[in-house]
Amino acid sequence: MNTVMTKKINLQLVRNERREPAVQKEIVYDTKDLNLWYGETHALKNINMDIKEKEVTAIIGPSGCGKSTYLKTLNRMVELVPIVKTSGEITYKGRNILDKSFRVEDLRTQVGMVFQKANPFPKSIYENIAYGPRIHGINNKKILDEIVEKSLRGAFIWDELKDRLHDNAYGLSGGQQQRLCIARCLAVEPNVILMDEPTSALDPKSTLRIEELVQELKKDYAIVIVTHNMQQAARISDKTAFFLNGEIIEYDQTDHIFNTPTDERTGDYISGRFG
Amino acid sequence: MTTKYMDAELVGKRMSSRVRKNAGWKGVFFASTLFGLFVLAVLLIRVFTQGLEYINIDFLMNHLSTDASRAGIMGAILGTAWLMLIVVPVTMVVGVGTAIYLELYAKKGKLQSFIATNISNLAGVPSIVYGLLGLTLFVRALEFGNVLLAGGLTLALLVLPIVIVAAQEALRAVPGSLSEASYGMGATKWQTVRRIILPAAIPGILTGAILSLSRAIGETAPLTVLGIPALLIPFPSGIFDTFTALPMQIYYWTIDSSLVAEYANLAAATIIVLLILLFLLNSIAIFIRNKFQQRY
Repeated sequence: MNTVMTKKINLQLVRNERREPAVQKEIVYDTKDLNLWYGETHALKNINMDIKEKEVTAIIGPSGCGKSTYLKTLNRMVELVPIVKTSGEITYKGRNILDKSFRVEDLRTQVGMVFQKANPFPKSIYENIAYGPRIHGINNKKILDEIVEKSLRGAFIWDELKDRLHDNAYGLSGGQQQRLCIARCLAVEPNVILMDEPTSALDPKSTLRIEELVQELKKDYAIVIVTHNMQQAARISDKTAFFLNGEIIEYDQTDHIFNTPTDERTGDYISGRFG
Repeated sequence: MTTKYMDAELVGKRMSSRVRKNAGWKGVFFASTLFGLFVLAVLLIRVFTQGLEYINIDFLMNHLSTDASRAGIMGAILGTAWLMLIVVPVTMVVGVGTAIYLELYAKKGKLQSFIATNISNLAGVPSIVYGLLGLTLFVRALEFGNVLLAGGLTLALLVLPIVIVAAQEALRAVPGSLSEASYGMGATKWQTVRRIILPAAIPGILTGAILSLSRAIGETAPLTVLGIPALLIPFPSGIFDTFTALPMQIYYWTIDSSLVAEYANLAAATIIVLLILLFLLNSIAIFIRNKFQQRY
Protein backbone atom coordinates (compact mmCIF):
# COMPACT_ATOMS: atom_id res chain seq x y z
CA MET A 1 0.00 0.00 0.00
CA ASN A 2 2.65 2.48 1.04
CA THR A 3 4.32 2.63 -2.32
CA VAL A 4 0.95 3.21 -3.92
CA MET A 5 0.28 6.13 -1.69
CA THR A 6 3.43 7.98 -2.49
CA LYS A 7 3.49 7.31 -6.21
CA LYS A 8 2.17 9.98 -8.50
CA ILE A 9 -0.72 8.88 -10.60
CA ASN A 10 0.47 8.30 -14.11
CA LEU A 11 -2.11 7.05 -16.54
CA GLN A 12 0.40 6.61 -19.30
CA LEU A 13 2.44 4.34 -17.09
CA VAL A 14 -0.64 2.32 -16.25
CA ARG A 15 -1.45 1.93 -19.92
CA ASN A 16 2.03 0.69 -20.67
CA GLU A 17 1.84 -1.81 -17.88
CA ARG A 18 -1.29 -3.21 -19.39
CA ARG A 19 0.59 -4.24 -22.49
CA GLU A 20 3.19 -6.19 -20.60
CA PRO A 21 2.84 -9.99 -20.73
CA ALA A 22 0.08 -11.04 -18.37
CA VAL A 23 1.12 -12.73 -15.16
CA GLN A 24 -1.12 -15.47 -13.87
CA LYS A 25 -3.82 -13.71 -11.83
CA GLU A 26 -5.93 -15.48 -9.31
CA ILE A 27 -9.67 -15.77 -9.78
CA VAL A 28 -11.53 -13.99 -6.99
CA TYR A 29 -15.12 -14.58 -8.04
CA ASP A 30 -16.34 -17.49 -10.08
CA THR A 31 -20.00 -17.26 -11.04
CA LYS A 32 -21.65 -20.44 -12.29
CA ASP A 33 -25.15 -20.60 -13.78
CA LEU A 34 -26.43 -17.74 -11.64
CA ASN A 35 -30.13 -17.03 -11.95
CA LEU A 36 -31.94 -14.37 -9.97
CA TRP A 37 -35.59 -13.48 -9.66
CA TYR A 38 -37.28 -10.42 -8.17
CA GLY A 39 -40.59 -12.07 -7.34
CA GLU A 40 -41.73 -13.23 -10.79
CA THR A 41 -39.24 -11.16 -12.76
CA HIS A 42 -36.31 -13.17 -14.05
CA ALA A 43 -33.60 -10.52 -13.64
CA LEU A 44 -30.41 -12.55 -14.20
CA LYS A 45 -30.26 -15.54 -16.55
CA ASN A 46 -27.51 -18.15 -16.50
CA ILE A 47 -24.70 -15.80 -15.66
CA ASN A 48 -21.24 -17.34 -15.96
CA MET A 49 -18.21 -15.16 -15.46
CA ASP A 50 -15.04 -15.04 -13.45
CA ILE A 51 -13.46 -11.97 -11.96
CA LYS A 52 -9.73 -11.80 -11.36
CA GLU A 53 -7.64 -10.01 -8.79
CA LYS A 54 -5.73 -6.86 -9.69
CA GLU A 55 -8.00 -6.20 -12.64
CA VAL A 56 -10.76 -3.78 -13.39
CA THR A 57 -13.83 -5.56 -14.65
CA ALA A 58 -16.40 -3.26 -16.22
CA ILE A 59 -20.04 -4.19 -16.62
CA ILE A 60 -21.93 -2.27 -19.27
CA GLY A 61 -25.42 -2.48 -20.69
CA PRO A 62 -28.64 -0.51 -21.01
CA SER A 63 -30.78 0.38 -17.96
CA GLY A 64 -32.60 -2.61 -16.53
CA CYS A 65 -30.20 -5.14 -18.05
CA GLY A 66 -29.27 -6.56 -14.65
CA LYS A 67 -25.77 -5.14 -14.32
CA SER A 68 -26.39 -3.42 -10.97
CA THR A 69 -28.29 -6.47 -9.75
CA TYR A 70 -25.31 -8.68 -10.56
CA LEU A 71 -22.94 -6.27 -8.81
CA LYS A 72 -25.12 -6.26 -5.70
CA THR A 73 -25.28 -10.04 -5.76
CA LEU A 74 -21.50 -10.12 -5.37
CA ASN A 75 -21.83 -8.74 -1.82
CA ARG A 76 -25.41 -9.93 -1.34
CA MET A 77 -26.69 -6.37 -0.97
CA VAL A 78 -29.40 -7.54 -3.32
CA GLU A 79 -30.92 -9.33 -0.32
CA LEU A 80 -32.08 -5.99 1.07
CA VAL A 81 -34.91 -6.46 -1.43
CA PRO A 82 -36.89 -9.11 0.44
CA ILE A 83 -38.42 -10.92 -2.55
CA VAL A 84 -35.17 -11.97 -4.18
CA LYS A 85 -34.52 -15.64 -5.04
CA THR A 86 -31.35 -17.03 -6.55
CA SER A 87 -30.02 -20.28 -7.99
CA GLY A 88 -26.55 -21.32 -9.12
CA GLU A 89 -23.42 -20.32 -7.27
CA ILE A 90 -20.87 -17.59 -6.89
CA THR A 91 -17.62 -18.89 -5.51
CA TYR A 92 -15.53 -16.35 -3.65
CA LYS A 93 -12.11 -17.71 -2.70
CA GLY A 94 -13.42 -21.23 -2.91
CA ARG A 95 -16.67 -20.77 -0.99
CA ASN A 96 -20.17 -20.27 -2.34
CA ILE A 97 -21.33 -16.87 -1.09
CA LEU A 98 -24.95 -17.63 -1.92
CA ASP A 99 -24.88 -20.39 0.67
CA LYS A 100 -26.74 -19.18 3.75
CA SER A 101 -23.90 -20.39 5.96
CA PHE A 102 -21.69 -17.69 4.41
CA ARG A 103 -22.29 -14.76 6.74
CA VAL A 104 -23.13 -11.57 4.86
CA GLU A 105 -21.20 -9.53 7.43
CA ASP A 106 -18.12 -11.61 6.68
CA LEU A 107 -18.56 -11.26 2.94
CA ARG A 108 -19.11 -7.51 3.06
CA THR A 109 -16.05 -7.05 5.24
CA GLN A 110 -13.95 -8.54 2.45
CA VAL A 111 -15.87 -6.93 -0.39
CA GLY A 112 -16.29 -3.18 -0.22
CA MET A 113 -18.83 -1.15 -2.14
CA VAL A 114 -18.98 2.34 -3.57
CA PHE A 115 -22.42 3.58 -4.51
CA GLN A 116 -23.87 5.59 -7.36
CA LYS A 117 -24.52 8.62 -5.21
CA ALA A 118 -21.89 9.52 -2.62
CA ASN A 119 -23.38 8.52 0.72
CA PRO A 120 -21.14 9.78 3.52
CA PHE A 121 -22.56 9.52 7.03
CA PRO A 122 -23.67 12.80 8.62
CA LYS A 123 -20.52 12.68 10.75
CA SER A 124 -17.05 14.18 10.59
CA ILE A 125 -14.61 13.11 7.87
CA TYR A 126 -12.61 11.27 10.53
CA GLU A 127 -15.63 9.43 11.90
CA ASN A 128 -16.72 8.44 8.40
CA ILE A 129 -13.43 6.63 7.85
CA ALA A 130 -13.24 5.27 11.40
CA TYR A 131 -16.75 3.81 11.14
CA GLY A 132 -15.70 0.59 9.40
CA PRO A 133 -12.81 -0.23 11.76
CA ARG A 134 -14.98 0.66 14.75
CA ILE A 135 -17.77 -1.75 13.84
CA HIS A 136 -15.12 -4.43 13.55
CA GLY A 137 -13.95 -3.71 17.06
CA ILE A 138 -11.02 -1.32 16.65
CA ASN A 139 -11.37 1.49 19.17
CA ASN A 140 -7.74 2.34 19.84
CA LYS A 141 -7.34 6.04 19.03
CA LYS A 142 -3.80 5.68 17.72
CA ILE A 143 -4.66 2.81 15.40
CA LEU A 144 -7.75 4.63 14.17
CA ASP A 145 -5.65 7.72 13.46
CA GLU A 146 -3.33 5.62 11.34
CA ILE A 147 -6.17 3.91 9.49
CA VAL A 148 -7.78 7.27 8.72
CA GLU A 149 -4.55 8.67 7.29
CA LYS A 150 -3.76 5.51 5.35
CA SER A 151 -7.26 5.28 3.87
CA LEU A 152 -7.41 8.95 2.91
CA ARG A 153 -3.97 8.67 1.34
CA GLY A 154 -5.11 5.55 -0.47
CA ALA A 155 -7.94 7.52 -2.00
CA PHE A 156 -5.57 10.43 -2.79
CA ILE A 157 -7.59 12.88 -0.76
CA TRP A 158 -5.39 13.17 2.33
CA ASP A 159 -3.70 16.41 1.29
CA GLU A 160 -7.06 18.07 0.65
CA LEU A 161 -8.65 16.93 3.88
CA LYS A 162 -5.91 16.50 6.47
CA ASP A 163 -6.55 19.91 8.03
CA ARG A 164 -10.29 19.47 8.30
CA LEU A 165 -10.66 15.91 9.52
CA HIS A 166 -13.21 16.93 12.11
CA ASP A 167 -15.45 18.91 9.76
CA ASN A 168 -18.74 17.41 8.75
CA ALA A 169 -18.46 15.34 5.57
CA TYR A 170 -21.55 17.06 4.20
CA GLY A 171 -19.50 20.19 3.66
CA LEU A 172 -17.39 18.50 0.96
CA SER A 173 -18.03 18.78 -2.76
CA GLY A 174 -19.72 15.89 -4.57
CA GLY A 175 -16.43 14.61 -5.98
CA GLN A 176 -14.69 14.84 -2.61
CA GLN A 177 -17.60 13.04 -0.97
CA GLN A 178 -17.30 10.18 -3.43
CA ARG A 179 -13.56 9.89 -2.85
CA LEU A 180 -14.23 10.00 0.88
CA CYS A 181 -16.63 7.08 0.39
CA ILE A 182 -13.90 5.21 -1.46
CA ALA A 183 -11.49 5.94 1.40
CA ARG A 184 -14.11 4.76 3.88
CA CYS A 185 -14.36 1.55 1.90
CA LEU A 186 -10.57 1.10 1.96
CA ALA A 187 -10.49 1.49 5.74
CA VAL A 188 -11.97 -1.98 6.15
CA GLU A 189 -9.15 -3.35 3.96
CA PRO A 190 -11.30 -5.34 1.55
CA ASN A 191 -10.01 -7.57 -1.26
CA VAL A 192 -12.60 -6.49 -3.79
CA ILE A 193 -14.20 -3.12 -4.44
CA LEU A 194 -17.57 -3.03 -6.15
CA MET A 195 -18.45 0.28 -7.77
CA ASP A 196 -21.98 1.01 -8.88
CA GLU A 197 -21.79 3.87 -11.41
CA PRO A 198 -19.51 5.80 -9.05
CA THR A 199 -19.12 8.81 -11.33
CA SER A 200 -22.63 9.17 -12.74
CA ALA A 201 -23.39 12.12 -10.44
CA LEU A 202 -20.01 13.83 -10.85
CA ASP A 203 -18.62 16.51 -13.14
CA PRO A 204 -15.94 15.55 -15.72
CA LYS A 205 -13.04 16.69 -13.57
CA SER A 206 -14.12 14.72 -10.51
CA THR A 207 -14.85 11.77 -12.80
CA LEU A 208 -11.31 11.85 -14.12
CA ARG A 209 -9.90 11.86 -10.59
CA ILE A 210 -11.97 8.81 -9.66
CA GLU A 211 -10.84 7.04 -12.83
CA GLU A 212 -7.20 7.76 -11.99
CA LEU A 213 -7.85 6.48 -8.51
CA VAL A 214 -9.32 3.24 -9.89
CA GLN A 215 -6.15 2.71 -11.90
CA GLU A 216 -4.10 2.99 -8.73
CA LEU A 217 -6.41 0.82 -6.65
CA LYS A 218 -6.36 -2.07 -9.07
CA LYS A 219 -2.77 -2.75 -8.15
CA ASP A 220 -4.05 -4.07 -4.84
CA TYR A 221 -7.72 -4.84 -5.33
CA ALA A 222 -10.05 -6.58 -7.69
CA ILE A 223 -12.41 -3.89 -8.94
CA VAL A 224 -15.80 -4.45 -10.50
CA ILE A 225 -17.37 -1.33 -11.90
CA VAL A 226 -20.82 -0.86 -13.37
CA THR A 227 -20.94 2.08 -15.73
CA HIS A 228 -23.19 3.73 -18.25
CA ASN A 229 -20.27 5.56 -19.67
CA MET A 230 -18.80 3.62 -22.60
CA GLN A 231 -15.62 5.69 -22.78
CA GLN A 232 -15.09 5.14 -19.11
CA ALA A 233 -15.28 1.38 -19.49
CA ALA A 234 -12.88 1.55 -22.42
CA ARG A 235 -10.47 3.82 -20.53
CA ILE A 236 -10.19 2.07 -17.23
CA SER A 237 -11.14 -1.59 -17.49
CA ASP A 238 -9.17 -4.69 -18.37
CA LYS A 239 -12.22 -6.79 -19.08
CA THR A 240 -15.72 -5.81 -20.04
CA ALA A 241 -18.98 -7.70 -19.75
CA PHE A 242 -21.93 -6.60 -21.85
CA PHE A 243 -25.28 -7.38 -20.22
CA LEU A 244 -28.60 -7.31 -22.04
CA ASN A 245 -31.99 -8.34 -20.63
CA GLY A 246 -30.41 -10.22 -17.76
CA GLU A 247 -27.95 -12.19 -19.89
CA ILE A 248 -24.28 -11.81 -20.61
CA ILE A 249 -24.01 -11.21 -24.33
CA GLU A 250 -20.28 -10.95 -24.36
CA TYR A 251 -17.49 -10.98 -21.81
CA ASP A 252 -13.92 -10.50 -22.92
CA GLN A 253 -10.83 -8.30 -22.84
CA THR A 254 -11.91 -4.67 -23.04
CA ASP A 255 -9.83 -4.08 -26.20
CA HIS A 256 -11.61 -6.94 -27.86
CA ILE A 257 -15.11 -5.85 -26.79
CA PHE A 258 -14.60 -2.30 -28.02
CA ASN A 259 -12.64 -2.95 -31.18
CA THR A 260 -13.76 -6.33 -32.50
CA PRO A 261 -16.94 -7.39 -30.68
CA THR A 262 -18.07 -10.90 -31.56
CA ASP A 263 -21.78 -10.30 -31.10
CA GLU A 264 -23.60 -7.82 -33.29
CA ARG A 265 -25.62 -6.50 -30.34
CA THR A 266 -22.45 -5.59 -28.47
CA GLY A 267 -21.24 -3.57 -31.42
CA ASP A 268 -24.60 -1.87 -31.77
CA TYR A 269 -24.70 -0.91 -28.11
CA ILE A 270 -21.14 0.36 -28.00
CA SER A 271 -21.56 2.45 -31.10
CA GLY A 272 -24.70 3.97 -29.59
CA ARG A 273 -27.21 2.38 -31.94
CA PHE A 274 -29.42 1.43 -29.01
CA GLY A 275 -29.56 1.74 -25.24
CA MET B 1 -51.18 32.38 -39.69
CA THR B 2 -51.82 29.89 -36.89
CA THR B 3 -55.15 29.83 -35.07
CA LYS B 4 -55.12 31.63 -31.71
CA TYR B 5 -57.15 29.97 -29.01
CA MET B 6 -56.54 32.59 -26.35
CA ASP B 7 -59.01 35.34 -27.22
CA ALA B 8 -57.50 38.51 -25.76
CA GLU B 9 -60.89 40.18 -25.31
CA LEU B 10 -62.46 37.24 -23.55
CA VAL B 11 -59.43 36.80 -21.28
CA GLY B 12 -59.54 40.48 -20.35
CA LYS B 13 -63.24 40.34 -19.55
CA ARG B 14 -62.77 37.43 -17.17
CA MET B 15 -59.67 38.85 -15.55
CA SER B 16 -61.32 41.03 -12.92
CA SER B 17 -63.81 38.36 -11.81
CA ARG B 18 -60.99 35.84 -11.42
CA VAL B 19 -58.96 38.26 -9.34
CA ARG B 20 -61.98 39.09 -7.19
CA LYS B 21 -62.67 35.40 -6.60
CA ASN B 22 -59.09 34.93 -5.45
CA ALA B 23 -59.45 37.76 -2.95
CA GLY B 24 -62.74 36.28 -1.71
CA TRP B 25 -61.20 32.89 -0.99
CA LYS B 26 -58.26 34.51 0.73
CA GLY B 27 -60.79 36.18 3.03
CA VAL B 28 -62.47 32.84 3.80
CA PHE B 29 -59.16 31.23 4.72
CA PHE B 30 -58.14 34.20 6.84
CA ALA B 31 -61.49 34.09 8.67
CA SER B 32 -60.97 30.40 9.46
CA THR B 33 -57.62 31.20 10.99
CA LEU B 34 -59.07 34.14 12.87
CA PHE B 35 -61.78 31.93 14.36
CA GLY B 36 -59.22 29.65 15.98
CA LEU B 37 -57.18 32.58 17.26
CA PHE B 38 -60.32 34.24 18.64
CA VAL B 39 -61.36 31.16 20.60
CA LEU B 40 -57.85 30.75 21.96
CA ALA B 41 -57.75 34.39 22.99
CA VAL B 42 -61.11 34.18 24.78
CA LEU B 43 -59.97 31.05 26.61
CA LEU B 44 -56.69 32.57 27.68
CA ILE B 45 -58.21 35.88 28.75
CA ARG B 46 -60.91 34.14 30.79
CA VAL B 47 -58.47 31.80 32.49
CA PHE B 48 -55.90 34.48 33.21
CA THR B 49 -58.36 37.07 34.55
CA GLN B 50 -59.91 34.42 36.79
CA GLY B 51 -56.81 32.67 38.00
CA LEU B 52 -53.71 34.81 37.69
CA GLU B 53 -54.07 36.62 41.01
CA TYR B 54 -54.41 33.32 42.85
CA ILE B 55 -51.00 32.12 41.74
CA ASN B 56 -48.38 32.69 44.40
CA ILE B 57 -45.75 30.67 46.25
CA ASP B 58 -48.25 29.42 48.81
CA PHE B 59 -50.65 28.21 46.13
CA LEU B 60 -47.84 26.34 44.40
CA MET B 61 -46.31 24.87 47.57
CA ASN B 62 -49.26 24.18 49.89
CA HIS B 63 -51.15 21.01 50.58
CA LEU B 64 -54.69 20.76 49.41
CA SER B 65 -57.30 22.26 51.68
CA THR B 66 -61.05 22.72 51.73
CA ASP B 67 -60.35 26.32 52.72
CA ALA B 68 -59.92 28.04 49.37
CA SER B 69 -57.60 30.68 50.75
CA ARG B 70 -55.13 28.09 52.04
CA ALA B 71 -55.42 25.44 49.31
CA GLY B 72 -52.30 24.60 47.28
CA ILE B 73 -51.49 22.31 44.38
CA MET B 74 -48.10 20.92 45.35
CA GLY B 75 -49.63 17.45 45.56
CA ALA B 76 -51.01 17.69 42.04
CA ILE B 77 -47.73 19.10 40.68
CA LEU B 78 -45.78 16.24 42.27
CA GLY B 79 -48.33 13.72 40.98
CA THR B 80 -48.00 15.02 37.44
CA ALA B 81 -44.20 14.99 37.72
CA TRP B 82 -44.25 11.38 38.90
CA LEU B 83 -46.57 10.45 36.04
CA MET B 84 -44.07 11.95 33.58
CA LEU B 85 -41.29 9.95 35.20
CA ILE B 86 -43.24 6.77 34.50
CA VAL B 87 -44.62 7.67 31.07
CA VAL B 88 -41.32 8.79 29.52
CA PRO B 89 -39.18 5.66 30.04
CA VAL B 90 -42.05 3.25 29.29
CA THR B 91 -43.07 4.94 26.05
CA MET B 92 -39.50 5.51 24.93
CA VAL B 93 -38.36 1.94 25.48
CA VAL B 94 -41.49 0.14 24.33
CA GLY B 95 -42.47 2.67 21.67
CA VAL B 96 -39.09 3.08 20.02
CA GLY B 97 -38.45 -0.65 20.34
CA THR B 98 -41.69 -1.44 18.55
CA ALA B 99 -40.97 1.12 15.85
CA ILE B 100 -37.47 -0.28 15.26
CA TYR B 101 -38.83 -3.81 15.03
CA LEU B 102 -41.64 -2.90 12.64
CA GLU B 103 -39.54 -0.66 10.42
CA LEU B 104 -36.21 -2.45 10.37
CA TYR B 105 -36.48 -6.05 11.50
CA ALA B 106 -39.98 -7.33 10.70
CA LYS B 107 -40.38 -8.95 7.29
CA LYS B 108 -42.43 -6.63 5.14
CA GLY B 109 -45.65 -8.44 4.49
CA LYS B 110 -49.28 -8.83 5.40
CA LEU B 111 -48.64 -9.37 9.12
CA GLN B 112 -46.33 -6.38 9.41
CA SER B 113 -48.75 -4.05 7.65
CA PHE B 114 -51.66 -5.48 9.70
CA ILE B 115 -49.84 -4.66 12.94
CA ALA B 116 -48.77 -1.23 11.72
CA THR B 117 -52.31 -0.34 10.63
CA ASN B 118 -53.76 -1.40 13.96
CA ILE B 119 -51.24 0.64 15.89
CA SER B 120 -52.35 3.68 13.91
CA ASN B 121 -55.94 2.76 14.72
CA LEU B 122 -55.13 2.50 18.43
CA ALA B 123 -53.99 6.12 18.32
CA GLY B 124 -57.61 7.03 17.61
CA VAL B 125 -59.20 5.06 20.48
CA PRO B 126 -60.88 7.44 22.98
CA SER B 127 -58.82 8.00 26.09
CA ILE B 128 -61.61 6.86 28.41
CA VAL B 129 -61.32 3.39 26.88
CA TYR B 130 -57.69 3.31 27.95
CA GLY B 131 -58.90 4.33 31.38
CA LEU B 132 -61.11 1.25 31.48
CA LEU B 133 -58.21 -0.90 30.31
CA GLY B 134 -56.01 0.53 33.06
CA LEU B 135 -58.73 0.01 35.65
CA THR B 136 -59.22 -3.63 34.66
CA LEU B 137 -55.57 -4.49 34.17
CA PHE B 138 -53.47 -2.42 36.55
CA VAL B 139 -55.84 -1.37 39.33
CA ARG B 140 -57.81 -4.63 39.65
CA ALA B 141 -56.12 -7.61 37.95
CA LEU B 142 -52.59 -6.71 39.01
CA GLU B 143 -53.93 -5.21 42.25
CA PHE B 144 -51.84 -2.05 42.13
CA GLY B 145 -54.80 0.00 43.33
CA ASN B 146 -55.22 3.57 42.08
CA VAL B 147 -51.55 4.42 42.59
CA LEU B 148 -49.01 6.28 40.46
CA LEU B 149 -47.81 3.13 38.71
CA ALA B 150 -51.33 2.30 37.52
CA GLY B 151 -51.94 5.87 36.38
CA GLY B 152 -48.56 6.19 34.69
CA LEU B 153 -48.84 2.89 32.84
CA THR B 154 -52.36 3.74 31.69
CA LEU B 155 -51.22 7.08 30.31
CA ALA B 156 -48.19 5.38 28.74
CA LEU B 157 -50.47 2.91 26.94
CA LEU B 158 -52.64 5.80 25.83
CA VAL B 159 -49.81 7.65 24.07
CA LEU B 160 -47.80 4.60 23.02
CA PRO B 161 -49.39 4.38 19.55
CA ILE B 162 -48.56 8.05 18.93
CA VAL B 163 -44.95 7.51 19.96
CA ILE B 164 -44.68 4.40 17.79
CA VAL B 165 -46.08 6.11 14.72
CA ALA B 166 -43.87 9.17 15.22
CA ALA B 167 -40.79 6.99 15.73
CA GLN B 168 -41.63 4.89 12.65
CA GLU B 169 -41.85 8.03 10.56
CA ALA B 170 -38.57 9.32 11.95
CA LEU B 171 -36.84 6.01 11.18
CA ARG B 172 -38.32 5.88 7.70
CA ALA B 173 -37.00 9.38 6.99
CA VAL B 174 -33.39 8.23 7.38
CA PRO B 175 -32.11 7.74 3.81
CA GLY B 176 -31.59 4.12 2.83
CA SER B 177 -28.27 5.06 1.27
CA LEU B 178 -26.83 5.56 4.77
CA SER B 179 -27.76 2.11 6.00
CA GLU B 180 -26.56 0.61 2.70
CA ALA B 181 -23.18 2.19 3.28
CA SER B 182 -23.07 0.67 6.75
CA TYR B 183 -24.20 -2.80 5.66
CA GLY B 184 -21.73 -2.56 2.80
CA MET B 185 -18.85 -2.46 5.28
CA GLY B 186 -19.99 -5.59 7.06
CA ALA B 187 -21.98 -3.97 9.87
CA THR B 188 -24.74 -6.02 11.45
CA LYS B 189 -28.26 -4.70 11.52
CA TRP B 190 -27.98 -3.74 15.17
CA GLN B 191 -24.72 -1.84 14.60
CA THR B 192 -26.34 -0.01 11.72
CA VAL B 193 -29.42 0.79 13.80
CA ARG B 194 -27.45 1.99 16.80
CA ARG B 195 -24.71 3.95 15.05
CA ILE B 196 -26.38 5.28 11.92
CA ILE B 197 -30.15 5.05 11.86
CA LEU B 198 -31.03 5.90 15.47
CA PRO B 199 -28.75 8.96 15.76
CA ALA B 200 -30.25 10.33 12.56
CA ALA B 201 -33.80 9.60 13.73
CA ILE B 202 -33.46 10.74 17.35
CA PRO B 203 -34.63 14.34 16.84
CA GLY B 204 -37.82 13.15 15.16
CA ILE B 205 -38.37 10.50 17.80
CA LEU B 206 -37.85 12.97 20.67
CA THR B 207 -40.18 15.52 19.11
CA GLY B 208 -42.92 12.91 18.86
CA ALA B 209 -42.26 11.65 22.37
CA ILE B 210 -42.42 15.11 23.96
CA LEU B 211 -45.61 16.04 22.12
CA SER B 212 -47.24 12.81 23.24
CA LEU B 213 -46.00 13.42 26.78
CA SER B 214 -47.77 16.75 26.83
CA ARG B 215 -50.89 14.97 25.63
CA ALA B 216 -50.52 12.40 28.42
CA ILE B 217 -50.17 14.85 31.30
CA GLY B 218 -53.19 16.84 30.12
CA GLU B 219 -55.45 13.77 30.06
CA THR B 220 -58.26 13.64 32.62
CA ALA B 221 -60.74 11.02 31.44
CA PRO B 222 -58.58 7.92 32.00
CA LEU B 223 -57.59 9.15 35.45
CA THR B 224 -61.22 9.68 36.52
CA VAL B 225 -61.98 6.12 35.43
CA LEU B 226 -59.06 4.85 37.50
CA GLY B 227 -60.64 6.58 40.48
CA ILE B 228 -57.85 9.06 41.12
CA PRO B 229 -58.95 11.30 44.02
CA ALA B 230 -58.31 14.94 44.74
CA LEU B 231 -58.44 14.51 48.47
CA LEU B 232 -56.28 15.48 51.37
CA ILE B 233 -53.63 12.86 50.76
CA PRO B 234 -49.91 13.02 51.55
CA PHE B 235 -47.50 14.08 48.81
CA PRO B 236 -46.56 11.03 46.72
CA SER B 237 -43.00 9.81 47.19
CA GLY B 238 -42.95 6.54 45.21
CA ILE B 239 -44.69 4.75 42.41
CA PHE B 240 -46.94 2.79 44.80
CA ASP B 241 -48.36 5.92 46.46
CA THR B 242 -51.80 7.31 45.79
CA PHE B 243 -51.72 10.62 44.01
CA THR B 244 -53.63 13.35 42.29
CA ALA B 245 -52.63 15.23 39.15
CA LEU B 246 -53.12 18.72 37.71
CA PRO B 247 -55.99 17.89 35.34
CA MET B 248 -57.79 15.97 38.15
CA GLN B 249 -57.42 18.97 40.42
CA ILE B 250 -58.94 21.20 37.76
CA TYR B 251 -61.75 18.72 37.26
CA TYR B 252 -62.73 18.46 40.92
CA TRP B 253 -62.46 22.18 41.65
CA THR B 254 -64.61 22.96 38.63
CA ILE B 255 -67.28 20.49 39.75
CA ASP B 256 -67.22 21.79 43.31
CA SER B 257 -67.31 25.44 42.32
CA SER B 258 -71.10 25.25 42.70
CA LEU B 259 -70.44 24.75 46.42
CA VAL B 260 -67.57 27.17 46.92
CA ALA B 261 -67.43 29.88 44.26
CA GLU B 262 -63.72 30.53 44.82
CA TYR B 263 -62.88 27.01 43.64
CA ALA B 264 -63.49 28.23 40.07
CA ASN B 265 -60.61 30.67 40.50
CA LEU B 266 -58.41 27.96 41.92
CA ALA B 267 -59.26 25.78 38.90
CA ALA B 268 -58.31 28.66 36.59
CA ALA B 269 -55.04 29.16 38.44
CA THR B 270 -54.28 25.45 38.09
CA ILE B 271 -55.07 25.63 34.37
CA ILE B 272 -52.47 28.38 34.03
CA VAL B 273 -49.87 26.18 35.72
CA LEU B 274 -50.75 23.24 33.48
CA LEU B 275 -50.73 25.42 30.34
CA ILE B 276 -47.30 26.81 31.19
CA LEU B 277 -46.02 23.28 31.62
CA LEU B 278 -47.51 22.23 28.26
CA PHE B 279 -46.16 25.28 26.42
CA LEU B 280 -42.77 24.55 27.91
CA LEU B 281 -42.82 20.95 26.69
CA ASN B 282 -43.98 21.96 23.21
CA SER B 283 -41.30 24.63 23.01
CA ILE B 284 -38.68 22.04 23.83
CA ALA B 285 -40.06 19.81 21.07
CA ILE B 286 -39.95 22.64 18.54
CA PHE B 287 -36.46 23.58 19.66
CA ILE B 288 -35.19 20.03 19.21
CA ARG B 289 -36.85 19.75 15.81
CA ASN B 290 -35.33 22.97 14.52
CA LYS B 291 -31.92 22.54 16.05
CA PHE B 292 -31.14 18.91 15.33
CA GLN B 293 -33.13 18.23 12.20
CA GLN B 294 -30.68 16.72 9.73
CA ARG B 295 -30.98 17.74 6.11
CA TYR B 296 -29.76 15.22 3.59
